[in-house]
Amino acid sequence: MRAARPHEDQQPSEQHGYVLLEDGARFDGIACAAPAEAVGEVVFTTTMSGYQESFSDPSFAGQLIAFTYPHIGNYGTAAGAMESTRPWARGAIMRAARNLPAAQGGEGWLDWLRSRGIPALTDVDTRALVRHIRSAGAMRGGIFSAATSEQRAQELIAAEPPMSGRNLATEVCVSEPLPIADLAALEAHLCAGGASRERRGEEVSDERVRARARGGGEGPLIAVLDTGVKASILRTLLAAGASLILYPYSTPAEEILADGAEALLLANGPGDPGAVPEAVERIRALIGRIPLFGICLGHQLLCRAIGLETFKLPFGHRGANHPVKDLRSGRIAITSQNHGFAVLACAGAERLERDEPLELQTELGAARLTHVNLYDRTIEGVELLDAPAAAVQYHPEAGPGPHDSLYIFEEILALAEGSRKDAR
Amino acid sequence: MPRRRDLRKILILGSGLIVIGQAAEFDYSGAQACRVLRSEGYEVVLVNSNPATIMTDPELADRTYIEPLTADAVAAVIERERPDALLPTLGGQTALNLAKELAESGLLDQRSVELIGARLDAIATAEDRELFREAMARAGLAMPRSAVVSTLAQALAEAEGLGLPLIVRPAFTLGGRGGGIARDRDELAEIVAHGLEVSPISQVLLDQSVLGWGEFELEVMRDANDNALVVCSIENVDPMGVHTGDSVTVAPQQTLSDRLYQRLRDQALAVIRAVGVETGGSNVQFAVNPASEEILVIEMNPRVSRSSALASKATGFPIAKIAARLAVGYTLEEIPNDITGVTPASFEPALDYVVVKFPRFAFEKFPGADERLSTHMKSVGEVMAIGRTFAQAFAKALRSRELDRVADLSERSTEQLLGAIAVPHAERYDAILELFRRGADCAEVAQRTAINEWFLGELRMLARDPRRAQRGARCYRSVDTCAAEFPARTPYYYSCFEQRAEDEIIPAERSTVVVLGAGPNRIGQGIEFDYCCVHAALTVRECGREAVMINCNPETVSTDYDTSDRLYFEPLTLEDVLAVIERERRLEGVIVQFGGQTPLRLAAGLDAAGVPLLGTGVEAIDLAEDRSRFSALLGELGYKAPAYASASSIEEALERAQAVGFPLIVRPSYVLGGRAMEIVYTPEQLAGYLRREGADRSGRIYLDRFLERAIEVDVDALCDREQTWIGGIMQHVEEAGVHSGDSACVLPPHSLDEGMIEQIRSATRAIARGLGVVGLLNVQYAVHDGELHVIEANPRASRTVPFVSKAIGIPLAKAACRVMLGERIAELGLPTEREGLGGGSHVFVKEAVLPFDRLQGSDSLLGPEMRSTGEVMGIARDFPSAFAKAQAGAGVPLPGPGAAAFISVTDADKEAAGALAQSLHDLGFKLLATRGTAAAIARMGVPVTRLQKIAEGTPNVLECVERGEVSLIINTPSGSGARSDGWEIRRAAVAHGIPCLTTLPAAASAVRAIVSACVSGRERAPEVVSLQELHADEGRCAPGSSQAHAQERSALLGSGSPPAH
Repeated sequence: MRAARPHEDQQPSEQHGYVLLEDGARFDGIACAAPAEAVGEVVFTTTMSGYQESFSDPSFAGQLIAFTYPHIGNYGTAAGAMESTRPWARGAIMRAARNLPAAQGGEGWLDWLRSRGIPALTDVDTRALVRHIRSAGAMRGGIFSAATSEQRAQELIAAEPPMSGRNLATEVCVSEPLPIADLAALEAHLCAGGASRERRGEEVSDERVRARARGGGEGPLIAVLDTGVKASILRTLLAAGASLILYPYSTPAEEILADGAEALLLANGPGDPGAVPEAVERIRALIGRIPLFGICLGHQLLCRAIGLETFKLPFGHRGANHPVKDLRSGRIAITSQNHGFAVLACAGAERLERDEPLELQTELGAARLTHVNLYDRTIEGVELLDAPAAAVQYHPEAGPGPHDSLYIFEEILALAEGSRKDAR
Repeated sequence: MPRRRDLRKILILGSGLIVIGQAAEFDYSGAQACRVLRSEGYEVVLVNSNPATIMTDPELADRTYIEPLTADAVAAVIERERPDALLPTLGGQTALNLAKELAESGLLDQRSVELIGARLDAIATAEDRELFREAMARAGLAMPRSAVVSTLAQALAEAEGLGLPLIVRPAFTLGGRGGGIARDRDELAEIVAHGLEVSPISQVLLDQSVLGWGEFELEVMRDANDNALVVCSIENVDPMGVHTGDSVTVAPQQTLSDRLYQRLRDQALAVIRAVGVETGGSNVQFAVNPASEEILVIEMNPRVSRSSALASKATGFPIAKIAARLAVGYTLEEIPNDITGVTPASFEPALDYVVVKFPRFAFEKFPGADERLSTHMKSVGEVMAIGRTFAQAFAKALRSRELDRVADLSERSTEQLLGAIAVPHAERYDAILELFRRGADCAEVAQRTAINEWFLGELRMLARDPRRAQRGARCYRSVDTCAAEFPARTPYYYSCFEQRAEDEIIPAERSTVVVLGAGPNRIGQGIEFDYCCVHAALTVRECGREAVMINCNPETVSTDYDTSDRLYFEPLTLEDVLAVIERERRLEGVIVQFGGQTPLRLAAGLDAAGVPLLGTGVEAIDLAEDRSRFSALLGELGYKAPAYASASSIEEALERAQAVGFPLIVRPSYVLGGRAMEIVYTPEQLAGYLRREGADRSGRIYLDRFLERAIEVDVDALCDREQTWIGGIMQHVEEAGVHSGDSACVLPPHSLDEGMIEQIRSATRAIARGLGVVGLLNVQYAVHDGELHVIEANPRASRTVPFVSKAIGIPLAKAACRVMLGERIAELGLPTEREGLGGGSHVFVKEAVLPFDRLQGSDSLLGPEMRSTGEVMGIARDFPSAFAKAQAGAGVPLPGPGAAAFISVTDADKEAAGALAQSLHDLGFKLLATRGTAAAIARMGVPVTRLQKIAEGTPNVLECVERGEVSLIINTPSGSGARSDGWEIRRAAVAHGIPCLTTLPAAASAVRAIVSACVSGRERAPEVVSLQELHADEGRCAPGSSQAHAQERSALLGSGSPPAH
């Protein structure tokens, strides 16, 4: 059985809809997924593939995604493309959405959105929308039915809190520690929509992870401070033989240390890093006591923990083509990016002008800024010199995007291995 | 890392002749490289045999050698110039093979010339199938199962293990030449035998068939710091089995999930590293099984390619330009992205549109050629279209093809069409769309074509509801490399249909001139016209205006965003062009003279819409094109023209033919490159032609008396309505009757006396004034029994403009453009001595390049229908040496003394053939001939071996050719037709790369060249000369030339011209 293809026979019942931004800009389109409306921050991503990964990435929580690539949905959906247990983005804004099923039998993209209650528009002039956001900045907005008045729509938009100052990590992180022993356990967790703590498989997983913590097993045990971690991060670590325990980011430091993990991963996640002081506090308490590595929001939180500030970018970095230079080695990686906030170097500087690592004295000792984005020279990485802690702003795990930076996970595992040996 | 300071002088090799599989894209890449390296302060030495290129403009290099791309000639250039480095990655397979040959001969080491861009071992690894396979295995990458064989027996044995079908590919050939798909043992034997012949190392690769798998290409770049990235992904809509040059392709890829695409990307980067390309661009091809997600590496090219030119135009990322900078030590992050101006080149472009490339075929020109598409490239050109959706881009690409005749499929049954689409052919997409219009569903088309259902879904939608794809308003958007993430500085636009009519065009600041390009390359309209369009754009800018270019050919320099102030990548239809013009608010006028027939066809429509045309007006164009009006003009002026008539039905044509007299040339009206022209000798032949061509279809039929054994002359001139300046007078080597585009020609004429030349000059002046030409004029004459006849006049740029410009050292198209913008010829400072003859110190020969070796089954006989794809130029102090160089440049060098020549001519040619045989015998040639010719030769007292006609048995010429015993063939036609002896002989000559002269004058020239080479001694290195020296010398030597003149000439050459040596 094939799902119906909207581009073949949908004509008679086209439902019109529109995107409205809080500054009044309106972009018309045709509703093509769930018959619903959504508000949030309207952002754009320039990745040309990986729509399902983006949609299920918790870092997109509270946002509507405008895809700059016109054809979205070309190859359907697949269970293996999930970055979490569910979609987090609130709406899809597309130029030419398609609903073909995947060659391997997965659901069509629009059916996938529809069955998850997510509204979407197609035939939107997304380039005009992106050019507007590029000059006016990312802002709140929504997807509305043509029947909804602009006035009503503006009221709905106004009811949505702005992104600055917003803690969204709390909405996307695990509610209690979650051990994951291997890839199969992770996929089971993702498939079950995250509601499977009681399942027997999880108990086994739990048992094995605890056993690891007591010194058995092969690979390292890595703790994840969850602020909305992407499955690709977990998959990469598990594939390298690690076992994992995910902790809600508010978990007390001593509790995490007590479980015996050999390294702590500071996860990616949505929202304003300035609005998660609890996580920053935990990180401060853990620096020097366990090797730390941060990704994306984790990078911002680590930076805040050592006393740096963060700021909101005008329209963020979302794509799979940003060049990032490692200032220590001179190597450039093409990176996957998804962040609306960035770290200020000292003295309020948004840009790293020089092509060498910038050393800083922080409240927690010496540190240096190690990576720079070659598009706008914003900060993309940091490391502490007096403690095993480092982070990158971009997404070395890809999902979607290029694999240039997968080597970072080897470094994380090496950190963990190092501390494991030390512990013996 | 900044640029290397240890290098001073860099030698660049061009790609030479334009052939199927290697076309104008290498002019685009080579021209970019020359510009970049000169701007970096390097001294650039260029060798390229093709005069119709922008890269061989003398302003682009410090020393430009238009010489054959042979090891001898390049070695001679190296001896003279002593470059520090050789950059071989921008001139296609030709340059790469030549660089390899020079390196392996030890010459580069001896002369301390460093190979930059790709080292010898990297070239060898990419090109040698076995080394490549080993490198892939080491990198852990999978390839199709395969075997390399050097004999037919080996091939048959290996096939047992590999299974059929097998893909057969000869090593080291261009565009997959000589390969094919073997479905059974007979086909295998045939294709392998041919493949072993055409492979320069007699090696053929047998590959596991991946027919029906998806075909993907990634364009990869790498710098000296080992930073590597993918510029663009290209998906072939036609699955594996059709050469990518013949496939409809789309960028970016559409059907792979991110996970699968990233695996492909990882592998592409692994390939460039494994092969060892340290700096520059490469193209990596993959086959992907959509069901199993299995990925196989097919091949890689360690150089810029047709696909990289396409990728550059598709993304705005100029691969060749950046590759040239990487080759001299820059890293990607040090090179700015021109388009944004603020971001570095170390990124991967993000597209927010879809690009479709569509091939352009010319099978109608090659009766008998196998029209099925396979792994052996057959298209002669391509178009690119950009749209916001695949359907928009595809519809635009269909329009851009500019087919002379769109396939009428309405009368074919659905069953026939379903059968037809199973075999890839030129009209397959037209058939698929027709099937969808009739209600076919995607599954039944997918089952027959293996085309991905996503594409079929889009095509079905396009066929069923074409208006849906173009809903909204037409507006123009930028190609900006970044999906609008950053503002773009470079004005490179495409039209699309959107809900918001938001144009992104940067408005003109000055008066604007629109130049209409030539569209897809095809037979009769090639790179020469793009050369003229580029010159027009450059001149418009030099003259203080803004230049706007409209074109849809991705292979060209004209569609480089650097060439004009604003580039619109659009089809050249009246509607598309008018839509652009509507948005150009400061329009001074439109130039239609330079892009061949394509823009000329639009002239009347533009004029009617009130658009000002610059230069020669519509009235003059019509006067020249309308036979009766033109004939009346010639009568008034007192010039002769061959008798002619026109008719609109077969009966009328047959009746009027009697008045014109036989032999005559017959053709339909408004043709390009002699489309569907033929010489007929009898009423029966005429009737046959008219029936075959469907004479009532194309409107008028023209009948022209054919002047047998006349000398044909081509003239390119410049006129400002009052004054006419003769640029070049060229004598054809072949007699009238061979299309001027296929004929070799020589400047200055080698056998016309001064009196006739003066007659030609005055006739040209009179015709130019009579027509009211403002700009360029080409006139063709025939000198018959000492009398001058005017054959035709074309008030536009001709195919020979670049050749003439390079021969005389004056850029004709630029001069014409200035005249069209209002300057007077008197103000241009053109030399008044020897008008039309060049400087006098050298002789220039243009030779046509014919594609017969690519199109198996077609006859290599020349006739009034143009069939060449390109041209080369030979420059020397005398005609024979220049002719020999042109032959070498065309890839069929003349043999030296002591070889064997086969002669078979018509009765009329027998006497003259005897004399040629005598000369060849005196040089020690062994002579072979068929009965009649042998008798004529024997009568001269020359020993000759008589061969049988092919049907008569052994020994015959085919056997001798197969055994490699013949190195020169002189064969004049006694009638064309499949399987005549002549056809078999010419086919064998083409297959074995033996010079085959099909007209007696060409044969005489060849013999003179061989004699001359023997006299001067073949051991001596060929004498080479650069254009800069040539014209500097002539500037000094020409009487009447002054410092002031030289300055004016350099003003004409433009600001890019180098200081005089």
